[in-house]
Amino acid sequence: MGKRFILPGFGLTLGYTLVYLTLIVLVPLSALFLKTESGGWQHFWNTITSPQVVASYKVSFGISLIAALINGVFGVIAAWVLVRYRFPGRRLLDAIVDLPFALPTAVAGIALTTLYAPNDWIGHLFAYNQPLGSFISPQTPFGAWLATQGWAKDFLGREGLRIAFSQLGIFIALTFIGMPFVVRTVQPVIQDLHLDVEEAAACLGATRLQAFTRVILPGLLPAIFTGVTLAYGRAVGEYGSVIFIAGNLPFKTQITPVLIVSKLEDYDYSGAAGLGFVMLLASFVILLLSNGFQAWDNRRRGVA
Amino acid sequence: MKFPAAIFALPLIATLHAAPTTLLNVSYDVTREFYQEYNAAFTKHWDAEKKTGIQIDQSHAGSSKQARAVVDGLAADVVTMNQDSDIQLIADAGLIAKDWRSRLPDHAAPYTSIIVFLVHQGNPKGIRDWSDLAKPDTQVIIPNPKTSGNGRYSYLAAWLYAKAAGSDPQQFVTALFKNVPLLPAGGRDATTAFVQRGIGDALLTFESEALQITNTFGAGQYEIVTPTSSILAEAPVSVVDKVADKHGTREAATEYLKYLWSGEGQQLAVKHFFRPRSQALLAANTALFPKLKLATVDEAFGGWSEARKHFKDGGTFDAIYQPAKP
Repeated sequence: MGKRFILPGFGLTLGYTLVYLTLIVLVPLSALFLKTESGGWQHFWNTITSPQVVASYKVSFGISLIAALINGVFGVIAAWVLVRYRFPGRRLLDAIVDLPFALPTAVAGIALTTLYAPNDWIGHLFAYNQPLGSFISPQTPFGAWLATQGWAKDFLGREGLRIAFSQLGIFIALTFIGMPFVVRTVQPVIQDLHLDVEEAAACLGATRLQAFTRVILPGLLPAIFTGVTLAYGRAVGEYGSVIFIAGNLPFKTQITPVLIVSKLEDYDYSGAAGLGFVMLLASFVILLLSNGFQAWDNRRRGVA
Repeated sequence: MKFPAAIFALPLIATLHAAPTTLLNVSYDVTREFYQEYNAAFTKHWDAEKKTGIQIDQSHAGSSKQARAVVDGLAADVVTMNQDSDIQLIADAGLIAKDWRSRLPDHAAPYTSIIVFLVHQGNPKGIRDWSDLAKPDTQVIIPNPKTSGNGRYSYLAAWLYAKAAGSDPQQFVTALFKNVPLLPAGGRDATTAFVQRGIGDALLTFESEALQITNTFGAGQYEIVTPTSSILAEAPVSVVDKVADKHGTREAATEYLKYLWSGEGQQLAVKHFFRPRSQALLAANTALFPKLKLATVDEAFGGWSEARKHFKDGGTFDAIYQPAKP
């Protein structure tokens, strides 16, 4: 150390930071931890490993991962378009990206359910007697085959494809709320990516594919990874929008946060806190991974 | 938690204005309209009797959530819930005297409701009784018994029906819930799924909610099927002793609850489709409230603390969804 800073006040600002973090983050989290402990460790362990709870982890963490990965592809394309091209309505489109951030999640959930419920705008297009849904109608060979598949049973309703109230609905909601995270993290990096780098690659004889995979993608990867982890972390904890569009059936469409609420209804505070603790731990690991990857990548590229 | 803070502020502002006695009634979701009218009626009655003036504030949300809020410090003078166990929770926390059930008539429940079926106009599936709901190719909407009082009553009513019919209740509820395509968190969510989203052949809900639908926006689209037996859902009320004593509002709070049993209070309950306790009123409204075989939770299950065991982790409700052991 021994390095002199231009501005004084390290002690003061660190003090503020610690107090602030303690009040806003650490105190509530310790309360959660203490509440968890109040039920005894046996109760805690039984709660977080019961089959229904484990099934909900699979739904929460699994579907969130798929949604985050999809955003990792399409969010990057969206960011690319917004940065690299000039077209009418670009600024409007740019603003729309933030909407899932700003919208109360319950509103998003209700809106999505209104679109995708069986008798609503998009949902009814997938009824078996509609052109789009006819492909999976049990009357067609494909639909008949699909009906015999265990994994598809949840999606095939009486009158058509079930989007709302099945895992598809959860996937759509989680993709919706995660999208801005990827776009907004990747966008500034693309902005910093100068066109002349691509031109140099082309001059040196790289094909378009090579220029993309060898030159552009390595530069974007850390940002994409951060965006995807943020979207993933957000999706895992999402409650407001999913509650409306998920069917909440145990073992099928029940996310972990819903189980926390049902524990509270049963006055099982320590059980609810236990599940909260598991979610907290998961989020923390996800964020730690993301930070670690970034640090590693920075060192690798000799930035920092 | 901005919301409860705002509720605290309401009575506070009222007292700052040196206003008359203020009561906070903490209630559940679907009583909003009923208590709006009842409060106006009671205020008039109180003014006429005591000439001191009274103001009543209200708070509505899910019943169990409200009970927890009162335990956590929401300063309710009176609570009006839809389930015995919600008031018991507050009593167990020491805020309400242990004998609250016997302080008012009818186990402290001034009005009741039952679980009925709401079906589409013309009853296309020909649903007449509980057994029809468990038939294959029928879809039934029931809110999640783990998160909703409405769902708990529905589940217990189905259980009772099977028991009385001499079949295995566990098997019956399993068959019934096989027909449930989604488990909304609360009663209103279930209504939305059935009415707005058009899902399901039948909705299980309180008679009060069903009558409200068939008499208002759903007129001509839905009809009510009253099964041969159901459960009598008693909606209990109580003064919150600790809070009322601190506020010095015990007299007003007690009178507020007692007046629910008055002719006017009972009339208003009927108007909002709750079954009144007054036998004369009930008999005069058999078109709204048909007679059927009814049992309370106390009679059929020996109280809520026993009944709730069905919904505990690993209880009979969880058993429905437990995958078969390989």
